[in-house]
Amino acid sequence: MINVIREPLIFEISSPGKSGVRLPALDVPEKLDVLDGLAIRSDLEGFPEVSETEITRHFTRLSQMNYCVDFGFYPLGSCTMKYNPKVNEKVAALPGLSGVHPLAPEKLAQGNLELMKTLEKLLCEITGLDAVSLQPAAGAHGELTGMMLIRAYHQAHGNPRKYVLIPDSAHGTNPSSAHICGYVVKEIKSNEKGTISLEDLAREMTEEVAALMVTNPNTLGVFESDICQIAEIVHARGGFVYMDGANLNALAGVTRPGDMKVDVLHLNLHKTFSTPHGGGGPGSGPVAVRKVLEPYLPVPVIEEKDGQYHLNYNRPQSIGRVKSFYGQFLVMLKALAYLLALGPAGLREMTEIAVLNSNYIRHSLKDVYHLKYDSPTLHECVFSDKFQKDFGVSNLDISKRLLDYGLHPPTMSFPLIVHGALMIEPTETESRRDLDLFIEAMKAIDREARENPELLRTAPHITYVRRLDEVQAARNPVLRWEKK
Amino acid sequence: MLARIGVDSVEDLFCCIPETIRLQNLLNLPGPLSEPEIVEYFEDRGKKNLYHRYLSFLGGGAYDHFIPAVVDYLSSRGEFVSPYTPYQPEVSQGTLQVIFEFQTLICQLTGLDIANASLYDGATGAAEAVLMANRVKNKKRLLVASNVHPEYRQVIYTYTRNLGLEVVEIPYDRQGRVDQKGLESAFNSHTSVLLCQSPNYFGVVEDLETLGRLAHSHDALLAVAVSEPLSLGLLEAPGKLGADIVTGEAQSFGLPLSYGGPYLGFMACKKEFVRQLPGRIAGQTVDAEGRRGFVLTLSTREQHIRREKATSNICTNQAHCALRATIYLETLGRQGLKKLAWVNLQKAAYALEKLTAIPGVRRKFGGPVFNEFVLEFPSDWSRIKQKLEEREILGGLALGQDYQGLEKCALVTVTEKHSREKIDRYAEVLKEVLK
Repeated sequence: MINVIREPLIFEISSPGKSGVRLPALDVPEKLDVLDGLAIRSDLEGFPEVSETEITRHFTRLSQMNYCVDFGFYPLGSCTMKYNPKVNEKVAALPGLSGVHPLAPEKLAQGNLELMKTLEKLLCEITGLDAVSLQPAAGAHGELTGMMLIRAYHQAHGNPRKYVLIPDSAHGTNPSSAHICGYVVKEIKSNEKGTISLEDLAREMTEEVAALMVTNPNTLGVFESDICQIAEIVHARGGFVYMDGANLNALAGVTRPGDMKVDVLHLNLHKTFSTPHGGGGPGSGPVAVRKVLEPYLPVPVIEEKDGQYHLNYNRPQSIGRVKSFYGQFLVMLKALAYLLALGPAGLREMTEIAVLNSNYIRHSLKDVYHLKYDSPTLHECVFSDKFQKDFGVSNLDISKRLLDYGLHPPTMSFPLIVHGALMIEPTETESRRDLDLFIEAMKAIDREARENPELLRTAPHITYVRRLDEVQAARNPVLRWEKK
Repeated sequence: MLARIGVDSVEDLFCCIPETIRLQNLLNLPGPLSEPEIVEYFEDRGKKNLYHRYLSFLGGGAYDHFIPAVVDYLSSRGEFVSPYTPYQPEVSQGTLQVIFEFQTLICQLTGLDIANASLYDGATGAAEAVLMANRVKNKKRLLVASNVHPEYRQVIYTYTRNLGLEVVEIPYDRQGRVDQKGLESAFNSHTSVLLCQSPNYFGVVEDLETLGRLAHSHDALLAVAVSEPLSLGLLEAPGKLGADIVTGEAQSFGLPLSYGGPYLGFMACKKEFVRQLPGRIAGQTVDAEGRRGFVLTLSTREQHIRREKATSNICTNQAHCALRATIYLETLGRQGLKKLAWVNLQKAAYALEKLTAIPGVRRKFGGPVFNEFVLEFPSDWSRIKQKLEEREILGGLALGQDYQGLEKCALVTVTEKHSREKIDRYAEVLKEVLK
């Protein structure tokens, strides 16, 4: 990363008359009466005017200020920052696929419909569930869709119910999605192993509870070993088990949510199935369901008959649409390409190596960083800053110091049940050498915490910018450029 | 590695998963395929899409615009494609500055004070806009114009159904615009918002100034959805005409048709509503040495802090699509965007004139249009559509399924990619088909 050039905002290098592209001249007669009745703007005040050279340098320089998976290790827990194979980008950019209008007649888009249907089938096999909707745009959108399906079922059976149970270790989108679906959230406390307490669940699980939302393995990386009993308790009261599939990279090919009696699951194609995060999206959050919930899936659903694919909008029990058109089509293509490249043995191996890598890090660092829970973990492990706190060093300081080592920090914002969390998910695409570099850096930072804590508290030192004042940003919001 | 962990095999690492639910066999999945096999697999499916043989005049919320080469080139850099959400601002200044520039461009186009980093698409943007208006006004009734994109309205129904909100649809008039009489009678003291679209689903540009005045006089907000934001290169900014919230779909700005996604939702609003705005926002600040930098800010609105009290559950958004739109808009720039909007307007006007010169074809709505318009034909559109398809022309989108009484109508879209020859060919073939 080049941290010498300070790149201005594009608006600050604009000069009148420039443009980055030559547009064709008008080839039809110009008519001025078409403006009748229209409120026309006088100008595009402040809009930039730059050349193609300036555009290219601007974005090339901006890109060089970013850390990314293509550059190095990115152990953000629960984010599954694995390497994104480049062939996936290539197929998603094929004009024959990406150039089709979404409202084209079905008979002219059979290839695209076939690809989507194929992905649905593969996801059914991987999850052990009966039907999939590819429409949701991202994980949280999949959660919302899944909860809507549950609500529609309960509604159709006379009572939408009132509550949704969510463990205190859950990602923040779970309670938020349940709330937007009209439910009141009840929190379930984790036990000393970091998992759901069956007694607690049995007490809270009444006939006014629509569903339990569970992440498995949970955000500690711990598998809910009692998942089958959990499902029994929930089902006995007529509720559904909703599983957040954010952590499917720990399970795919090894076990299936459907076999655990889960009823609804969302998947994150941008996590488990390698599609790139793009600096915060687009993702794709398909929802997989058991047969009883299938009638409620969003419209349209893709149907196959005699090798022809058809979009069915006539589904009277459907919750309706959650998004325009059919979802994040190009993201689906990348995930499908990834699955085809892996094959069944490759999928299992993906999971095994992800779990192996995580445990390697855990066991290499367990004497250096505090592990609040000693339950076995799968694809991620959660340390805390408890040991380093003695020297006045927090998880934030450790994370910022990692940046100086050229590494991306772990997740810190959750799980809320671990104070000062450092949630590490290495994924399967990292070599032992990459893991060792990270482990050595974490050990070195622990030594620095003891010997020179100030070095950590003022980190990072060699990045493009130093630690940023987030309090000022929130207190005195400057959310856009304005002409002086 | 196993020795350090202290286990004999990788299987031992999965001992926490009960034996009964562990898979004994490999899943029934295709593959593995080699890289060339994968490319071939997808190319073969591409050949089954016959769309490309056709001359298409389809729009309706998804537009085929020219994309400058620099957009694909720069946006495909791994430093933009492969980072996560910029939670570590010190190593994410590229992504954050792009978001800040994107927010600025959206503010300039919409004429409003602040914008967020993106939403999923135009339809969820419309749903988020009415939910936001309900929070701002704390009232439970919302008015949605029936000439808002049918899919946007469907998503609004899906989102509001579980929240005890009342949605009332407002009819359209002979101009194709929101019917003002119908609108006035629909307002009451519980109404939080009027959501309209401009240009609307019929391609007609709404009289936002009047709609805004009506909404405000009933203590309601005006939210405007824009599905063809290129129109903002020419039309007055909705924020200057009274809109309180502007949301929409920015696929037109450098995103391929992509069979419907990923697209790019955006949202802008007045300053005073900032705490109710959904989604991520980038803001400017300084680093420890006083240098300018950017961070994600005002996150107390968001799910990772507020959990069930958040303004929205959105987490991952459409950051990379917003990057493409930013490159696109900055490449075209002030003159380019104005010129392109002008070209679209003129070509649509030319097509409208050409097509309505054919006996039996007439313009359905009198209201002013940008690059889409509704034509009425002498008989059911479905039959004409079929005959045009036999001649490899996709002449427009049917409206009959969504609007009773418009069975003979079609929505026709023209962009800068339609040369005069293409428009003339459509007119010639249509003339023959109608003979």
